[in-house]
Amino acid sequence: MKIQVCGPGCANCTKAESVVKEAVADAGIDAEILKVADFAEMAKLGVLSTPAIVIDGKIMCVGKVPTKNEVLQWLA
Amino acid sequence: MKEIQNIQCPCPESEPGAAEDAKRETRHLHYKIILAAVAVGLWFLVYRQLSAFAGFLTYTVFSLQQGSHLGEAVHFFLYDTPKVLMLLTLVIYGVGVIRTFFTPEKTRKILAGKKESLGNVLAALLGIVTPFCSCSAVPLFIGFVTAGIPLGVTLSFLIAAPMVNEIALILLYGLLGWKIAALYLVTGLLVAIVAGWLIGRLGMEKHIEDWVLEIRTNADEVPVDNLGWDERLRAGRRAVVDIVSKVWIYVVAGIAVGAGIHGYVPEGFMASVMGKDAWWSVPAAVIIGIPMYSNAAGIVPVINALLGKGAALGTVLAFMMSVIALSLPEMVILRKVLKPTMIAVFIGVVGSGILLVGYLFNMII
Repeated sequence: MKIQVCGPGCANCTKAESVVKEAVADAGIDAEILKVADFAEMAKLGVLSTPAIVIDGKIMCVGKVPTKNEVLQWLA
Repeated sequence: MKEIQNIQCPCPESEPGAAEDAKRETRHLHYKIILAAVAVGLWFLVYRQLSAFAGFLTYTVFSLQQGSHLGEAVHFFLYDTPKVLMLLTLVIYGVGVIRTFFTPEKTRKILAGKKESLGNVLAALLGIVTPFCSCSAVPLFIGFVTAGIPLGVTLSFLIAAPMVNEIALILLYGLLGWKIAALYLVTGLLVAIVAGWLIGRLGMEKHIEDWVLEIRTNADEVPVDNLGWDERLRAGRRAVVDIVSKVWIYVVAGIAVGAGIHGYVPEGFMASVMGKDAWWSVPAAVIIGIPMYSNAAGIVPVINALLGKGAALGTVLAFMMSVIALSLPEMVILRKVLKPTMIAVFIGVVGSGILLVGYLFNMII
């Protein structure tokens, strides 16, 4: 599983990344977490506002920090 | 690419545990609507008593003399702080709920394929209601332009989004009355529409960074939105907690500065510096405003106090628009997708628009 966290590095983007890390640790699954700070790459993924979470190429949420429970549901 | 640090980003955050509560709370929706009505009623009752209460505290409890410098400053502070914070809470809640109906993706879909002039108008209007934070300016710009939305239309959106600010609007209404609030809304929209249209006419597309133009995106990719009313109301609450916890300090600081000006600066003092007759004050206000990056919530109490001391409305509005619409940090972010010429044109066109607004108001009022 490939999880991409899109964000230029503002406070909420960093928060989104740590939420995802926590959720992945809790779920005990093997996932690759990548931080996307490059705007060109974000655009290619179809992300219009940050922070955004993309799992295996599919946009799960944009423009907000997800809760850990939300992330756990996506991982399941 | 360098990461952007320390940029204030009012993006919404999720409430912990939101998902589990959702089902249980849906059943109580009726009670919640009644509760909300009661809360709004209480809000109005308290709001109407604020002036009397501030007077009582200042002149009776603190036994400060009515008309003295300190008395006036303290009264101003004690009245305006709760008033502004209450207005802010109510409006942020309302806007938080309304914004759940709009997303950048939906806005893009609406704007794609629209003709330029109509597109500029729509883009400016959507700029008010679409959730937007300054750190999303670049992905949003790329997403719009690469999906075939004209550059000028995209810029109308990017100008209106910060400039026509709901917080500034409501504070102007609360502190200065609906006429000034309406003037701000209309002229803010006009600057965004005309500046975007004008830049579109200039054919500046070649001044977008080349790598952006190589990307192609599709405006039809709109995520489904199946939010219930419960979640929309929750979004409103979340917005209140999130934004008020971030801006209250600016509001209080802004009012404190305002209170100082109100109590200690002599009547008419600002008339010589920021009055109608000082023609140079409008451009000076715009130029001083560009490097300043303040929250709309903090700037309004200050301009309220300036106005009270004889500063001209046009000059003060120009200053406010310049502070919130043309900020250096946003230029630094936009520089990633726009070449320096384009940034200069952007500042030039928007700055001139604000300048015109300033002179116009000084002339007619």
